[in-house]
Amino acid sequence: MSDKVVAELHQPTPEVGDGGPDMIQLLTPEGQRVSHPDYDQYVADLTAEDLRSFYRDLVLIRRLDAEGYALQRQGELGLWPSLLGQEAAQVGSGRALKPHDFVFPTYREHGVGFVRGMDPQSSLQLFRGVSQGGWDPTEHNFHLYTIVIGAQTLHATGYAMGVKMDGNVGTGDPDRDTAVICYFGDGASSQGDVNEAFVYAASFDAPVVFFCQNNQWAISEPVTKQTRIPLFQRARGFGFPGVRVDGNDVLATYAVTKHCLDEARNGNGPLLIEAYTYRMGAHTTADDPTKYRVSAEVEQWKFRDPILRLKTYLAHEGMADDAFFTQVDEEADGFAAELREGCITMETMAGETMWDHVYAEDHPVMEAERAAFLAYKASFEEAN
Amino acid sequence: MSRRTATADRAREQATEKATGKTTGKTTGKVPPTVETTYREAMRAAHREALLRDPRVFLMGEDVGRYGGSFAVSLGLLEEFGEERIRDTPLSESAFTGAGVGAAMRGLRPIVEIMTVNFSLLALDQILDNAATLRHMSGGQLSVPLVIRMTTGAGRQLAAQHSHSLEGWYASIPGLRVLAPATLEDARGMLWPALEDPDPVLIFEHGSLYNLSGTLPVEPTPVDIERAAVRRPGTDVTLIAYAGGLGKALAAADLLAAEGISAEVVDLRVLRPLDDATIIGSVSRTHRAVVVDEAWRSGSLAAEVTARIVEQAFYELDAPVERVCAAEVPIPYPHHLEEAALPQPEGIAAAARRAVGEHG
Ligand SMILES: Cc1ncc(C[n+]2csc(CCOP(=O)(O)OP(=O)(O)O)c2C)c(N)n1
Ligand SMILES: [Mg+2]
Repeated sequence: MSDKVVAELHQPTPEVGDGGPDMIQLLTPEGQRVSHPDYDQYVADLTAEDLRSFYRDLVLIRRLDAEGYALQRQGELGLWPSLLGQEAAQVGSGRALKPHDFVFPTYREHGVGFVRGMDPQSSLQLFRGVSQGGWDPTEHNFHLYTIVIGAQTLHATGYAMGVKMDGNVGTGDPDRDTAVICYFGDGASSQGDVNEAFVYAASFDAPVVFFCQNNQWAISEPVTKQTRIPLFQRARGFGFPGVRVDGNDVLATYAVTKHCLDEARNGNGPLLIEAYTYRMGAHTTADDPTKYRVSAEVEQWKFRDPILRLKTYLAHEGMADDAFFTQVDEEADGFAAELREGCITMETMAGETMWDHVYAEDHPVMEAERAAFLAYKASFEEAN
Repeated sequence: MSRRTATADRAREQATEKATGKTTGKTTGKVPPTVETTYREAMRAAHREALLRDPRVFLMGEDVGRYGGSFAVSLGLLEEFGEERIRDTPLSESAFTGAGVGAAMRGLRPIVEIMTVNFSLLALDQILDNAATLRHMSGGQLSVPLVIRMTTGAGRQLAAQHSHSLEGWYASIPGLRVLAPATLEDARGMLWPALEDPDPVLIFEHGSLYNLSGTLPVEPTPVDIERAAVRRPGTDVTLIAYAGGLGKALAAADLLAAEGISAEVVDLRVLRPLDDATIIGSVSRTHRAVVVDEAWRSGSLAAEVTARIVEQAFYELDAPVERVCAAEVPIPYPHHLEEAALPQPEGIAAAARRAVGEHG
């Protein structure tokens, strides 16, 4: 092996918080716009109004997250997986999608669902346990959450193969060509399913964009436990392009995702995006991160806050004023109040619904068990 | 069987004291000294003992190190034993289970922790087609002394994909030994004999048991991983349960006792090989049986136990065998539906009353 190859193989994983020289950025953490020869074109026609609506999305989903967290703490939800810190990765990528593209989320993409137009009550319904699934995946082409780590990458691959078989790739018709985006985490990158999805999608040129939110942690395990090289470089070994973007930069994430989705729609899939970000909160409400990570790291990431940097940029460029920011904050207050009210008044599921939808059609075992349950339930009414 | 029976020694006693932090009871006289402990702490003490006794023992899995295990079983072990022996692994169940098979074949004594039985399905090929078959397919040349621990069971509002009870499936696989500790004694005492077993052993820890508390002797009592155990003697009906079902069967026995029905409670403990003698012995005394299983009824371990009773004690039975199992649906997330889907003491008692009343 040449020294060059050896040196390359031993390239250290970049420092947490750095992202390294390959990371695409359009807005610095200080809110400075920096240009990029390949990606500027994807944000060139965004108007001040578009950027203000990005800001609004970021603020509202952070609020949705805060409410989800609070509701769980008050016993109103069973669990809540927080997206805190990952707002830009979710809004940037979600806004880059076309309505007819299809999304496979993990369990943390409440923000992507929101910008797809999903009713924000939907994710609360799911975690409150008042509905199976929480929403109709075809309404906004936003699939249901997947809890088995990495499993959805294979589903997305198969779905994308279907898109291709339907002839909806590379026709040049922008209303027809379709991409599939699949979210997963840094921890998921170690799963066999994910690696097999990479092999499979590459083998069939599937129009899928694998979107890895590298939030640096998989519960208590740091990303260094999963990989020696930056995750986006893995794509190379599978024979498709990989790119790292600053996941706390909503503009860069939007631009990079737009580019990759175009590529996939044109028949140049699959592609991998690694959105370099940070999980500011606990893994879920069932976790206490102070057990395994130092607060200095969290403090460091506060300086890279995705909302603050867009706010600074908007204010500095005169694209938004205090009145606008105040108005968004007020909107968020109202939004939060509505979420809470909606959540605590949701109707619970009747016991006998448990036997619904185990099969598509009536099934003797389900019917017998349901009937026994109803008889048991009726015995209480008789007793009263 | 002495090879698989834990023997007391000073190291273990120290392990218990250190892991649980307190010693109570007398140190002299007839009553052995005891410690206040929980199922979780007893499991942890068992790990400490094994790690101290045998340098070949190591633990690996997701979040077992810094985090202390998703159910806090290994809390503090990383600090004590270091990263070589308490290994956080990449998120790949198949990879770390397969690596466990390889390490075991190499002569190590790995303990692999899988977060829940649901996720063990990602490692199923390594467990079923590799760990369980290699001795046989190598003509006895290979040995896989691997211990795989995992959580099983529902009741904690974790939704279907974290709540199923699939241990019955594993109990049908030749080449494996399958254990289900349901008491503090078993939580404390099953790991060491499992590690001494030259074949792969699966240990199922029901998620609702970790906070079970009580006292244990400082010197752990030897645990037999061959036999079922009668946990409560009785004369009218035998309640057969295991893991999370044991507590519910005992609670049902209390309800029945108040009505004058004397229930014997058998804890299967060893799901493979099943201890027919204890099961049949009990049913032959009480002549009635209720089998409790948190898994689905169809094709369940409860079905297997029932079939054995029918095969071996048909003429002893005074009533049909009753089964109390989970509803045949993916375990629901809403708490009230989850409770409704699982066997509960009242349902077990009702089944016992049917067995005793209608045919008594
Ligand atoms: C197959 C499987 N193994 C283990 C788990 C338990 N688990 C849930 S989330 C998680 C960490 C996932 O980390 P990552 O992929 O980085 O996503 P993040 O939570 O950071 O968004 C683990 C191990 C699971 N749900 N599925
Ligand atoms: Mg992560």
